[in-house]
Amino acid sequence: MKYMIALLVMGLLTNNFVLSKFYGICPFLGVSKKLNTAVGMSAAVIFVMLMATAATYPINVLLEKNDLAFLQTVIFILVIAALVQMVEIVLKKFMKPLYNSLGIYLPLITTNCAVLGVVILNIDEGYTFLQAMVNSLGAGLGFMLAMVLFAGVRKKMENCDVPEFLKGLPITLVAASLVSLSFLGFGGIVEGMGLI
Amino acid sequence: MAEKKSLGKEFTKGLIKENPVLRLVLGTCPTLAVTTSVTNAIGMGIAATIVLVCSNIVISALRKIIPSKVRIPAYIVVIASFVTIVQMLVKAFVPALDTALGAFLPLIVVNCIILGRAEAFASKNTVLYSAVDGLGMGVGFTAALCMMGTCREVLGAGTFLAGIQDLLVLFGDNVLGGWNGFDFNGALEFVGLQPITLFILPAGGFFVFGILMAVANKIATSNGKQKAVLGCANCPMAGTCTSKKEHENCENKEAATV
Repeated sequence: MKYMIALLVMGLLTNNFVLSKFYGICPFLGVSKKLNTAVGMSAAVIFVMLMATAATYPINVLLEKNDLAFLQTVIFILVIAALVQMVEIVLKKFMKPLYNSLGIYLPLITTNCAVLGVVILNIDEGYTFLQAMVNSLGAGLGFMLAMVLFAGVRKKMENCDVPEFLKGLPITLVAASLVSLSFLGFGGIVEGMGLI
Repeated sequence: MAEKKSLGKEFTKGLIKENPVLRLVLGTCPTLAVTTSVTNAIGMGIAATIVLVCSNIVISALRKIIPSKVRIPAYIVVIASFVTIVQMLVKAFVPALDTALGAFLPLIVVNCIILGRAEAFASKNTVLYSAVDGLGMGVGFTAALCMMGTCREVLGAGTFLAGIQDLLVLFGDNVLGGWNGFDFNGALEFVGLQPITLFILPAGGFFVFGILMAVANKIATSNGKQKAVLGCANCPMAGTCTSKKEHENCENKEAATV
């Protein structure tokens, strides 16, 4: 139980998926302009991460049993792509309100390296199924935290007088650097709380 | 002669005019993650270039056979196969690089540069041109990574090309007399300085990338070109993206109401 909480805290703060591991930078920079799109995108990512972990974990056990572990990359990306498509269709048919808020981000998630990244990490780290799910949840929540915080930073930045040559993407990256720097302050919190 | 000239153009456009990292803003994740040292940057660049050239060749050879409706999954399978091959080769011959790159080696699959070139170029052009395009883009990617890597490694660790033997192990043991990169730490200590560790931390990655981007934008705008932007235009999924229209509508609506 302690380890599960540690995994969650690590995903959220110390090993934040976006700000310290650099997974999913494209949506982090691209969809963080407005708070509501940032929340929608991250909710879709959390959803797909959990589904993808639940789907790929048993598949990986099967692959390893049959000595086919080298097929991981090919199979995982196909499973994720198919899963995203399926989720989109199901949501569109049965859960229209949810589709309207999450659906439009789903197609963009197939090529989001955060999803494939968390799936591969779970297997590299040798987590059990439950640990893998918690780790994915932590990673997804960390993604959401970074997106929401950064959306706020960008909103503030809109009113700032930015030098001409830094306008646009460069100042966004520098701002991301400062947000990432502030997360460095959480270093050691897991050890400090006595969770590991 | 005319063909030869345009082949050269296809190659050079990837280097500067359409540099995948600094102009098209693709493949940002590996750019930020692996550039803590130049050695890693070169390794990642070469691995991505191999995948890019091979997948461009195969996709352009199959471009008339693949039905356009299932082209994205088909491209992903081709790319994933080559990534698996490269991954196995790296594990076998350059094991230190495999440890250094970690999950970012299999993650070449979702590197937007590769899917983007497949969709934007290889699916419309002949095999030779696609191969040259892939090579140019790959070299441009490697060059951008090396620039980032140089800034970060020199400032952050006080070394340059440290651990290069990990890559040179391909050519045998102790190539170049076991030379393992420059180390300025001794000289720095002599004048009472220390490397700025921040630059090899994640925050430094964002910062260096931002500054490089600003320089690239400056050069581009002084030549009368557009600034680099992150958006749907360069996204490889743009062609098939069902949400693009809805998304644009909702963004426009928001913009109108604000």
